Amino acid sequence: MKNFFYAILFSLVSTGVYASCNITNGTINILANEFATLRILMEEAKECAGPGADFSVTHSVDHQKLQGPALEANPSEFTAKIVTNGSITPLMNAGLLRPLDDLVAKYGQNLQKSQLITFDGKVYAVAFMANAQHLWYRESVFNELGIAVPTTYEEVIAAAEKIRASGKMQNPYGGAFKAGWNLSQEFVNMYLGHGGEFFKPGTAEPSINNAKGVAALNVIKKLTELSNPDFLTHDTNATKIEWESGNVAVMNLWGSGAATLLDDEGDQAIKADTRLAPPPTVGGGSNAATTLWWDGLAIAKNTSDENAEASFRALVGAASSTEMANANPNAAVWLIKGYTPGDAAIGVLAAAQMGATPYPSIPHMGLLHGALSTEMVEFLQGNESAEKALADVEAAYRAKATEQGFL
Amino acid sequence: MPHKTFFWFFFPSGLAMILFIGLPIFSSFFQSLHIETEQILIEVETCDPFGCEMEMQVDQEATGLLREESPLGRFNGFGTYLDRNHLAFEDLGAGWEIKTSIRNFLSIVLNLPFYKSLLFTLTFCFSVTPVVVCLGFIVALSVNALAKSIKGPVIFGTILPMIVTPLIGSLVLFWMIDAQGILGATLQKILDDPNLSLKASKNLTWITLIIYGIWHNTPFAFVVFYAAFQTVPQDPIEAAIIDGASRFQRVRYIVLPHVYPVATFIALICLMDNFRVFEPIIGFSAEGVAQSLSWMIYKDLRNETLMLFGSAGATSMLTILGVAILLTPVLIRTWKEFRTDR
Repeated sequence: MKNFFYAILFSLVSTGVYASCNITNGTINILANEFATLRILMEEAKECAGPGADFSVTHSVDHQKLQGPALEANPSEFTAKIVTNGSITPLMNAGLLRPLDDLVAKYGQNLQKSQLITFDGKVYAVAFMANAQHLWYRESVFNELGIAVPTTYEEVIAAAEKIRASGKMQNPYGGAFKAGWNLSQEFVNMYLGHGGEFFKPGTAEPSINNAKGVAALNVIKKLTELSNPDFLTHDTNATKIEWESGNVAVMNLWGSGAATLLDDEGDQAIKADTRLAPPPTVGGGSNAATTLWWDGLAIAKNTSDENAEASFRALVGAASSTEMANANPNAAVWLIKGYTPGDAAIGVLAAAQMGATPYPSIPHMGLLHGALSTEMVEFLQGNESAEKALADVEAAYRAKATEQGFL
Repeated sequence: MPHKTFFWFFFPSGLAMILFIGLPIFSSFFQSLHIETEQILIEVETCDPFGCEMEMQVDQEATGLLREESPLGRFNGFGTYLDRNHLAFEDLGAGWEIKTSIRNFLSIVLNLPFYKSLLFTLTFCFSVTPVVVCLGFIVALSVNALAKSIKGPVIFGTILPMIVTPLIGSLVLFWMIDAQGILGATLQKILDDPNLSLKASKNLTWITLIIYGIWHNTPFAFVVFYAAFQTVPQDPIEAAIIDGASRFQRVRYIVLPHVYPVATFIALICLMDNFRVFEPIIGFSAEGVAQSLSWMIYKDLRNETLMLFGSAGATSMLTILGVAILLTPVLIRTWKEFRTDR
């Protein structure tokens, strides 16, 4: 009875201090990608869970590689996973996520309807932020050389060439071209910018070996020629470092990069000079050459109802916290109710307004994405033609898709 | 040793080998003969913050039923071994048909992922191993000639590259050869080429990896040679000195023949190790231009959003086969020597 009394007293106190959900039952163990915005969200979720909760979180850039085996175990290693429209697909394929309709009905009063990610009418994830790659540039460099803000990649290339010719910077363009996921993503952007379709409608047959694919590859090659010669080893974080070192004047980077590039660390002169712009179009197309992404929370299927409820409550507490969103307006473009976008949201918002395509959440997209990079390297190094590279991608994809049972 | 004693002596390690080496290899082999069950796709309406759309998804119920029926997947025989991402005999045949010259055919072959990886693996293997054996021999000779008082610290310093975890060692070098790193920047200065990048071109990356491989493997050869030198009998050496043999002649005619079997052993182990080269590729972020067989296995299991167990199993089997083929000549030689000794 005495313990009960203290428990009540404690819960009253903590409700006053934190925006707490007072979770005392169940374990919360979250797997998430590693970037500043997600750390902010996790802080909020932890605060919501309260000091009595069993709360832990693992941040890893390898989250996509870990998620499958970790959630397949029964009981699963993690109770919740922060997913995107890219990484949710393999989990959905394998049926490792739990439908959230009842939990949303119980605890989701403060969510917006647009936050709910539904497949066939059932909620499987709750999105909290939108992300997209878009243009970043150094205003002083552009002003000095009289360059207007580029709206197409052709103009980006011209601008970068002009900066190089002026002798201000040797390699003025920056982008995450690291062989692997990043490089393939650049192709996805450019191909969609040219209006391409990855698969023959209604099938898993690839259809990228066409004029649009060739055009996309050629634009990427021009961009890499204006980048640091080590571009094949530069991922997103390395690109941010290049920017903060002042080696780059124009780049294509994630909107969420603002959390690191516009913070109080690093060269403040470069920060003050950094400007964000909408994603460019390419090849005379009207689509922005970028993809729209959402980041959201999903709950593992192979975990107890108790753990699932605890994890959902803590994460939804963060994913509906207007306070958190407005306290960090530039950390991300939050999808949370009552959020007033900051200055750094302009790139992602513009991408959405320009009708950019969301990254395709189809089951076999990951296989094509994986097949792209290796062959693209051959092309970028001038060892084979664009057509040959694309034919090789299709062939490599076919072998994989056959093995996985898609073809 | 009587057979019975030998059996009980060998039994624990034999059992451990079967359990921890034999069974996993067999299981990988079995897995490599299978591919996933068919994925049944349906169109469903998916909604996200950017709107609703009809998209293809895996039909969980129907596919789940298929998976329950055959958890291993569909039997595919050696299909995975023969597909384009592995031995690709079909593509080789087609390439032979359309080839314009042998050179052209070679480029067709090396465009296939398996052969591309094989080429790097073999190049790495056969560049690193001989250098490691020679360098290890020379280093061991030099250290052996040192005064006793400084031998200890020198030996420790010499085996340092082997002590450092491969991934850490390669990362440290990776940062040093960066255009702004100490080695990279120095090279740019010496060669007067501000655009020189060791990470950008295929050839330079390969050379970097090979140099790293030599740096990392030499201590092993050194340690084994150094131990072998301690067993060289002193009498013939002293006799040779009295006969007026130079240092080179003593090494050439007495030391070298004595440690020859050890050299074979080192070459064997190095070949085997280097055939499985993997860590430096990750450490140097070199996967764009240099792929090895082990890296292919890693890619199938880790770099894809979906894991390709069959494909990874097939590459593993082919790697084991490759090691076996590589070692055959050395093994036959050792066997012959063993027979004549008797």
